[in-house]
Amino acid sequence: MPEQDPGDGVQLDLISAERMEGKTSMEKIRMILDSVHDGDIVVLEKGLTPDEESRLIEVTMTEINPDGFTGIEIESFPRSETKDSGLLGRIMGKDEDPAKLTVIGPANQIQSLHKDETLISALLKRQ
Amino acid sequence: MGLFADLRDSISAVTAKLFAGEGEDPKRIGIYGPPNAGKTTLANRIARDWTGDAVGPESHIPHETRRARRKENVEIERDGQTVSIDIVDTPGVTTKVDYEEFLDHDMEKEEAVRRSREATEGVAEAMHWLREDVDGVIYVLDSTTDPFTQVNTMLIGIIESRDLPVLILANKTDLEDANVQRIRNAFPQHETIELSALEGENMDEVYDRIAEKFG
Repeated sequence: MPEQDPGDGVQLDLISAERMEGKTSMEKIRMILDSVHDGDIVVLEKGLTPDEESRLIEVTMTEINPDGFTGIEIESFPRSETKDSGLLGRIMGKDEDPAKLTVIGPANQIQSLHKDETLISALLKRQ
Repeated sequence: MGLFADLRDSISAVTAKLFAGEGEDPKRIGIYGPPNAGKTTLANRIARDWTGDAVGPESHIPHETRRARRKENVEIERDGQTVSIDIVDTPGVTTKVDYEEFLDHDMEKEEAVRRSREATEGVAEAMHWLREDVDGVIYVLDSTTDPFTQVNTMLIGIIESRDLPVLILANKTDLEDANVQRIRNAFPQHETIELSALEGENMDEVYDRIAEKFG
């Protein structure tokens, strides 16, 4: 991710499926957790596989420390069986495989992460 | 009468061992679920009912179980058949652990930090075991809370992706706010059995289903 001075803002990283393509599971997890450690919110156009989700939880646990990183908040839409383009696909002008969309952020900065059938809503703490 | 009874008992015992697959290792059944769902209470109930021993201490404090505990060779008898399993009681799976949560339970900071560190190691270990080291899963949910959480969805997805047999238990039905149907609606693809592990309610059906699913 490009390094920026966040100031009082929160950086939102929208990661396309293309950017994740060809990466190993651990490379994906590292990319996600590096961003979350920086206080960023990560939105994956294509979610992780169940095995990758399991490893994400495992690696997250090993990196939790009492000095600041308390873990992650995560929400996903389930994989769609239809071929309709997803939200991020439309934002990025893509019309490909509608894999699930996943939002991941630092637990200590996200006040609540709510999901219903059509909306994922993140409430961030003020700095 | 005595001779026939002895003969019948001997035949039953041999048959039971055959069904149990004598000589095979017991199946390792992991008890998974979110923190405070009653996993250790259930593990203790099963262990006490069939072996007389408990697995570990129960507590209302989240992450009381911070290391997976195994009770080996639990032999559950149903209809003359014996199912032999190792019960693995795991820490509640979560994506976050904040030591400050423990401070609310009258702990000093040092103790709270130690507990949170152990809890994170325990969850990491439980996730590793789920990928590598269990043959089936009993997924325990608190029926008074909303089951539609990302962790539950992820865990059930991981279990399904590994083709592990899974039994969902809707625990704490002794509480007034229990809503078993909400759990059935959340995971309609799996059988959900209601119970109160604390009160021992409906355990006969739980054992029937354990025998069917993991036998």
